[in-house]
Amino acid sequence: MDAKDQNFLKVIQGPEAEASGCSEKSTCGSSAGPADMDPEVWNKVKNHPCYSEEAHHFYARMHVAVAPACNIQCNYCNRKYDCSNESRPGVVSERLSPELAAKKVLAVASEIHQMTVVGIAGAGDSLANPDKTFKTFELISKVAPDIKLCLSTNGLALPEMVDRIADYNVDHVTVTINMVDPEVGERIYPWIYYNKKRWKGRDAAKILSERQLLGLERLTARKILVKVNSVMIPGVNDLHLKAVNREVKKRGAFLHNIMPLISEPEHGTYYGLTGQRGPTAEELKHLQDSCEGEMNMMRHCRQCRADAVGLLGEDRSAEFTNEKIEAIEITDVAYDMTAREAYRDKVEETREKERKIKEMLAGLGMENGLSQAPPILVAVATQGEGMVNQHFGHAREFQVYEVTAAEAKFIGHRRVDLYCEGGYGEDDSLTRITQALSDCVAVMVAKVGGCPKKTLEEAGIAAVDAYAFQSIKPSLLKYFGEYTEGVRSGRITPKAAGGQTKIRSGALTGTGQIPLSVIG
Amino acid sequence: MAYTIVLDNCTGCSACEPECPNAAISGTDDGLFQIDPDLCTECVGFFDEAQCTAVCPIDDTCIPDRACVEDRETLMAKKVKLHGG
Repeated sequence: MDAKDQNFLKVIQGPEAEASGCSEKSTCGSSAGPADMDPEVWNKVKNHPCYSEEAHHFYARMHVAVAPACNIQCNYCNRKYDCSNESRPGVVSERLSPELAAKKVLAVASEIHQMTVVGIAGAGDSLANPDKTFKTFELISKVAPDIKLCLSTNGLALPEMVDRIADYNVDHVTVTINMVDPEVGERIYPWIYYNKKRWKGRDAAKILSERQLLGLERLTARKILVKVNSVMIPGVNDLHLKAVNREVKKRGAFLHNIMPLISEPEHGTYYGLTGQRGPTAEELKHLQDSCEGEMNMMRHCRQCRADAVGLLGEDRSAEFTNEKIEAIEITDVAYDMTAREAYRDKVEETREKERKIKEMLAGLGMENGLSQAPPILVAVATQGEGMVNQHFGHAREFQVYEVTAAEAKFIGHRRVDLYCEGGYGEDDSLTRITQALSDCVAVMVAKVGGCPKKTLEEAGIAAVDAYAFQSIKPSLLKYFGEYTEGVRSGRITPKAAGGQTKIRSGALTGTGQIPLSVIG
Repeated sequence: MAYTIVLDNCTGCSACEPECPNAAISGTDDGLFQIDPDLCTECVGFFDEAQCTAVCPIDDTCIPDRACVEDRETLMAKKVKLHGG
């Protein structure tokens, strides 16, 4: 370790950095950061976990499922089934009235001070239920005026709703746009309900696409931030999504979130039942990378439920059931604005420190002629605080970074079953992990047992515990040097591209890890 | 013929309720929806197709009720009776 690195790690690991909580967990993904962002826009996104990758480590969101009806049918959605153990869009365990939703927001906000955003994302389409959706916004803005409101829509009813959206100060809208070509669209949408009529096939897709793009234009004209979600369906719209990216960028969308299709047969969707596969992790990353030059890409989406509560990546909705909310006396709920503001101030302090850390990281590892070496993917087991601090067997998900000599860039989460508690036998769950990480050359852990280490190595994934309890990013940069050196000396054989890395989607259910030492 | 909702299929999503021009659709105690056959005109006189069927996300759920067959003239008369000319 050279003097510069030594010095740097000392800064990172010093008491100051410890206090800073989830340090450089947040320098990844879509956070364009204040330097290259309009301050007005930054103000809107900085506390929104879905719009700012950085914010998602600090702030939580909740969805209130007040909108059960939908006006279109998508081939990846089956509205009939709801499983409480599933975590995916469109799924919801209980429906809420606007009144109960406002009460729930109050109860959650007083329990979880990091909760800054309330969204309406279903379980159907928010704008196919306009009265319920806007009544909910009205009630929430009365009881919790500091909370940001957002909604998610398929866009069919959007153009005429833009004024109302603006009236309720909703400044974030997500539109799901899977195509801009009806020929592609007819393979995704069997029908839509529009102007008192059911439309099918190409006509349906044409109307939907026109309405989506018109709605997008009207939103951006009103300076409402728009995130575009696209479901990547291999063989249907995967190549076409680049054209979608260009069209939405042209119309002023702020962020593009390309998500993998979820299509298990047991979900009973058309795609699930017809064997339409989802993309591999490599395919998803390749598409996201190829769109990145044109606009911000979201990489931290967990495809959460329409009634999710908590930080992205965890789901605490089971703690706030209708029965529990109904039992709460509203007078017992203390909406502690001071505590909420104190939390936000603390986060700002933490972020300031992180920015300094990020500046110090720049250029680290550029020595020794490493800058020409190809990038590698490395998985990290972490419980947060920006540290390699989780036992391999306790990890329920891994963070994956793309590492070059200059930069360790967060590119996504890989969810796995808990190896130590796998209900299918340990060998099976270990296989699932090697599949989920098969594009990575290494996994950094706090500790790993001999057996899994051997299995991982057989799968071409080095289990590295030499950086236990050190900061993730500097460790990755150092590891890059070691790895490249190993390849040059012939000690390490570079990995052939496999292209078959499986994606397991959805947020973890139950109380997940709280990665923040800034809490409390 | 009035329409009926197959309760085994209905998810209670409520999409049909506001679309019915006759306000014939109401909630059941179980959170699902039902059609009052005395008020259903199959949307005759209003729309080309039955709105509940057009908007329902589940196939074979809002369907013609074979126990309640009426011809188009009868349905039109029903519409006039309910709403006037």
